[in-house]
Amino acid sequence: MIEEITIIGGYDKQGNKEPVEKVIIKKGEIFGVVGPTGSGKSSLIGDIEQLAQEDTFSKRKILVDNKEPSYEDRTNPRKKMVAQLSQNMNFLADMSVGDFLTLHAKCRGASNKCVNAVVELANTLTGEPIKNEHELTILSGGQSRALMVADVAIISNSPIVLIDEIENAGIRKHDALKALAGHGKIVMVVTHDPVLALMTDKRIVMKNGGMQNVVHTSEKEKQISEKLNKIDELMLNLRDRVRNGEILEEIEHIEI
Amino acid sequence: MRMIIVAGTPGSGKTAVLMHALKSLNERNLKSSVVKVDCLYTDDDKKFAKIGVPTKVGLSMDMCPDHYAIYNTEDMISWAMENESDFLVMETAGLCHRCAPYTVNCLGVCVIDATSGPNTPLKVGPFLSTADVAVITKGDMISQAEREIFRERVLEVNPNCKVIEANGLSGQGCVELAEEMLKSKEVALDEEKLRHSAPLAVCTLCVGETKVNKKYHRGILRRIDGFQKYEGE
Ligand SMILES: Nc1nc2c(ncn2[C@@H]2O[C@H](COP(=O)(O)OP(=O)(O)O)[C@@H](O)[C@H]2O)c(=O)[nH]1
Ligand SMILES: [Mg+2]
Ligand SMILES: [Zn+2]
Ligand SMILES: [Zn+2]
Repeated sequence: MIEEITIIGGYDKQGNKEPVEKVIIKKGEIFGVVGPTGSGKSSLIGDIEQLAQEDTFSKRKILVDNKEPSYEDRTNPRKKMVAQLSQNMNFLADMSVGDFLTLHAKCRGASNKCVNAVVELANTLTGEPIKNEHELTILSGGQSRALMVADVAIISNSPIVLIDEIENAGIRKHDALKALAGHGKIVMVVTHDPVLALMTDKRIVMKNGGMQNVVHTSEKEKQISEKLNKIDELMLNLRDRVRNGEILEEIEHIEI
Repeated sequence: MRMIIVAGTPGSGKTAVLMHALKSLNERNLKSSVVKVDCLYTDDDKKFAKIGVPTKVGLSMDMCPDHYAIYNTEDMISWAMENESDFLVMETAGLCHRCAPYTVNCLGVCVIDATSGPNTPLKVGPFLSTADVAVITKGDMISQAEREIFRERVLEVNPNCKVIEANGLSGQGCVELAEEMLKSKEVALDEEKLRHSAPLAVCTLCVGETKVNKKYHRGILRRIDGFQKYEGE
């Protein structure tokens, strides 16, 4: 298990030194990455995924536990430190949930017990039940995302998880991030969604390809986040009821 | 000069990945020449021209494109030499799962699309099993779990290859491919040999027979039950 990663700043798109020189992210911490389209969020994520050593456009350097990762650590696919999760990802394999997870567990040298644990965790993240015998390819967006999160938390042993925009996923985002961080992962989430952005511990603000600032989530923001989470729960609940053919007559009142 | 032979099914991302890798070599002042071999049509030459790399197209028409490429390797090498290139890069048509056009000293690169399903690595044959580098593309479209299963399957088929997970759109992983290209051996035409012999293909169909009925066929004939015979002189 790794304890922390360090991002050492490089240069922005104009070739100026990034205002933020160093960011340390610790195990179990959740970091946000925010900024307009084209501000360099994806390339920051890319640098971490490749454990860049001043060899990418930004010239950033990533340290793992305060050391340069070895060439072997960076390039041996079996040692991959970073797992990714994004809105564009789908399950394409022609298999049942149970068979697929069993195969994945086998690939990662994990025990078969993981399979049920993954399905259980996934079911806490989505309202639509997932069963072992379901075919992967017919799962809804929410079910797929929930299963991917649970799988990354339990079977994939990469210590760092990068999440790219899962806002419209139809899952309990709050719980999803907590599940990942709770399994000792370093979590980075690229998002504009206030539900997610405000539940992070800190967020990196990107501009012009550079890290502009690191904002600590304030106590007030954490309270806002709790409230937003309630709205999120309500939306999910309504979504399930509409899906099940119910006719909605009123919605419960939420204290804001 | 080094020779890089890139194989992989159509649409797997060969051109996309190569464009990023060649750009990165360009930034280090290393020159490449590209030959694209296809059967009937390609517009890959226009894409490579955009990044300023000299490109030649070879269309094999009714011949197996890999056979055609192998036969023309010598001319390609001379052409790239004339261009004073550091790299000759050959992008194959990638249609045939039996041929693998890699020679002993080239860097054999197999580009394989992760969205094609976890059984694909088991199906594609020598162009994966005899490659030096397997570039897995389109991982951005599948789950982490599927990516990890796919990667293991690739390593099952070719335990010694270097696996690179690349994204043809963002260019992620393509610098790593450029690094592998830099480490490859010098090409030596007289000593070049195929790693994997081309498959048998000597029958009447090969020389233009169009009738389907069995009685018209001669040569090496293999039945669906595996029974094989030689018919003819
Ligand atoms: N999503 C995604 N698309 C890709 C990736 N690599 C290539 N593509 C797309 O796949 C299509 C085929 O790519 P191309 O390089 O022409 O394939 P080739 O026939 O093997 O040369 C193009 O539309 C590319 O933009 C990738 O990593 N991810
Ligand atoms: Mg192409
Ligand atoms: Zn062939
Ligand atoms: Zn024939």
